[in-house]
Amino acid sequence: MATRPSGTGQAGHNRPALSFHVPEPKYRPGDAVDFSDLKISEPGAQPRPDETCLAIETAPLANDLIRVLGDDNQAHGPWDPRLDPETLRAMLRNMALTRAFDERMYRGQRQGKTSFYMKCTGEEATSIAASMALAADDMVFPSYRQQGILIARGYPLVEMINQIYSNRGDKLKGRQLPIMYSSRAHSFFTISGNLATQTPQAVGWAMASAMRGDSRIAATWVGEGSTAEGDFHAACLFATVYNAPVILNVVNNQWAISSFSGFAGGERATFAARGVGYGIASLRVDGNDPLACYAAELWAANRARANAGPTLIEHFSYRAEGHSTSDDPSQYRSAQERAEWPLGDPIMRLKDHLIALGEWDDERQEKLDLESAEQVKAATKEAEKNGILGHGLHHPFHTMFEDVFEELPWHLEEQAAQAIREREIKWPQP
Amino acid sequence: MIEAINDALDIMLSHDPTVIIMGEDVGYFGGVFRATAGLQEKHGKNRVFDTPISECGIIGAAVGMGAYGLRPVPEIQFADYIYPGMDQLISEAARLRYRSAGEFIAPLTVRSPFGGGIFGGQTHSQSPESLFTHVAGLKTVIPSTPYDAKGLLIAAIEDNDPVIFFEPKRIYNGPFNGYYDKPVEPWKNHKDSRVPEGYYSIPLGKARTVRKGDALTVLTYGTMVHVSEAVCREKGVDAEIIDLRTLVPLDIEAIEASVEKTGRCLIVHEATRTSGFGAELSALVTERCFYHLEAPVERVTGFDTPYPHSLEWAYFPGPIRIGEAIDKILEA
Repeated sequence: MATRPSGTGQAGHNRPALSFHVPEPKYRPGDAVDFSDLKISEPGAQPRPDETCLAIETAPLANDLIRVLGDDNQAHGPWDPRLDPETLRAMLRNMALTRAFDERMYRGQRQGKTSFYMKCTGEEATSIAASMALAADDMVFPSYRQQGILIARGYPLVEMINQIYSNRGDKLKGRQLPIMYSSRAHSFFTISGNLATQTPQAVGWAMASAMRGDSRIAATWVGEGSTAEGDFHAACLFATVYNAPVILNVVNNQWAISSFSGFAGGERATFAARGVGYGIASLRVDGNDPLACYAAELWAANRARANAGPTLIEHFSYRAEGHSTSDDPSQYRSAQERAEWPLGDPIMRLKDHLIALGEWDDERQEKLDLESAEQVKAATKEAEKNGILGHGLHHPFHTMFEDVFEELPWHLEEQAAQAIREREIKWPQP
Repeated sequence: MIEAINDALDIMLSHDPTVIIMGEDVGYFGGVFRATAGLQEKHGKNRVFDTPISECGIIGAAVGMGAYGLRPVPEIQFADYIYPGMDQLISEAARLRYRSAGEFIAPLTVRSPFGGGIFGGQTHSQSPESLFTHVAGLKTVIPSTPYDAKGLLIAAIEDNDPVIFFEPKRIYNGPFNGYYDKPVEPWKNHKDSRVPEGYYSIPLGKARTVRKGDALTVLTYGTMVHVSEAVCREKGVDAEIIDLRTLVPLDIEAIEASVEKTGRCLIVHEATRTSGFGAELSALVTERCFYHLEAPVERVTGFDTPYPHSLEWAYFPGPIRIGEAIDKILEA
């Protein structure tokens, strides 16, 4: 047994003083960055175990980085999903459209058309490429930066913008913060603002699917910062205990608003390595490599469908933009980080790959970008007919009280009547 | 009452293939209070199963199962342990219908034994109902008899909204009348103990008039229904006792009708006093029945302390506290 301290605990005695550690990111505003110590694996060098392997066999992959696309813009190794050019072009289109959508909605927020917006710039592969490896009716439980899944699943842009503007066309009746979409028809679960709450729900959904002998699986997305929430650990535990057919995607974009990934424990272990301790198959992939994201998700989906259990995938990426329109990353991180991120930009990498295959060219890319911008512009104009935030074209007041319960109880009826009375005083109708 | 709960669960498992039961120890062992005894054996591990000790995981997974289309009935072993699952209840289950405009619902019924009087100390005795009644989108149900427990539980499981079903564990085996030093009569001798076989349900939001009277109205629920009844009987007070049965939705009509008739109102619950559900009831009665009142509304509650293990009968709002409040109301 250790000798207990008998002194006063004050400085001056001869026992070594303990020190307190507060993680600190390597670079702050104004710093020159140097990513040379980042361990970036060779594309194609990682083994691809059988999907039904023991979870422990994936342990090396939880500390490695699965990469497919090399600097030569070619696909390498056993994780190459060998997608046909048409699928690759569809992936590129979805990614370009998502980026165009983000650009326009960001501007819309700056123009006062809505209160808030969140871009996914630089992380498009982690949602779009990943979700394209799932079946259309596999249930996704996203976080707030997976708009790309809806776009990849063909959800109408106008519906997305109606939601962002909280206008009278918003099928969520103006109740949710902008970007917190929901579409049962697209197997896209309603987004919560409370972090990581969707992860045990995704596991529960997957458990239910297994209980009912269904063939659909579930997938959830969570940021690396949110893995600190207890919900995430409950999700991992339930997933492994019940061998749930679920994929837990952790998007490590390095920053949780201004807290770098070290505050979620990223200094000590990879986020993928967390899965190993639970007995969950765990993969760490280059999140800016669309082919690697696709391949890992497909591997995990096949594993789930084979009743071989859950998979945790860490998508190692970089949040190129601020956390949201309310955030200013120049206040806490070096501006060089984005420019010098060694894993590049997912859209550029996919584009260059398609060009290297002889299936694409800069001219077509330019046309695609233009078309994407036009498509978003047209959808925005269409949505604006239904109003923008705070300009009066919203849902009738009574809807505020609906859906709290299936049926309206007396106290909500009374409060609805009051709201309608107040409206007549505040905003008299001519 | 425990048999009535077991019966309700058995019926719903048989009746509806989407009903599942999950919780710590609920499977093979049948629950620490035996509420789920025999159900796994009868309905299989796919329908009745144990969970890790993770209330957040239990409720969170149940929300996902509800979104899938199941009707999960998670058990939280003691209401005192529900707090790690609170965010999933308050921010998720309660709001799923609202935030998705009806696209997704969480039709779960969270069963949990609550209340004191079993020497459970401060971690096995709490009555946290007002934490839930404060949340928009949750329904809170508390039975006080075996008949009600079965009918209300069936209604709760069938309900498409998330329901918190608190079971007053002090009356699992008999209608405790507040005298801790006297033996408790078993349910079989009680007038409300008859539980019909088979399916029946009791609508949520409808109170039960335990006894009619003209001198004062007692608004209460759970264990305190029986304690209040015993006190009124012993004191020979012609009280009208209303067992609320569900706190949300609340049967305001029954409350108003009774208080308007008697002109006096006593509220009795076991939970701590400050911001307890009694405060809500008192405010409602004052707002809506003020001109019928002949005396200030009184509350009898537990004290604003944790439930002390060795002094639980000092904490418990028993016959003396209730009797004094009745005298005060009648003398006013």
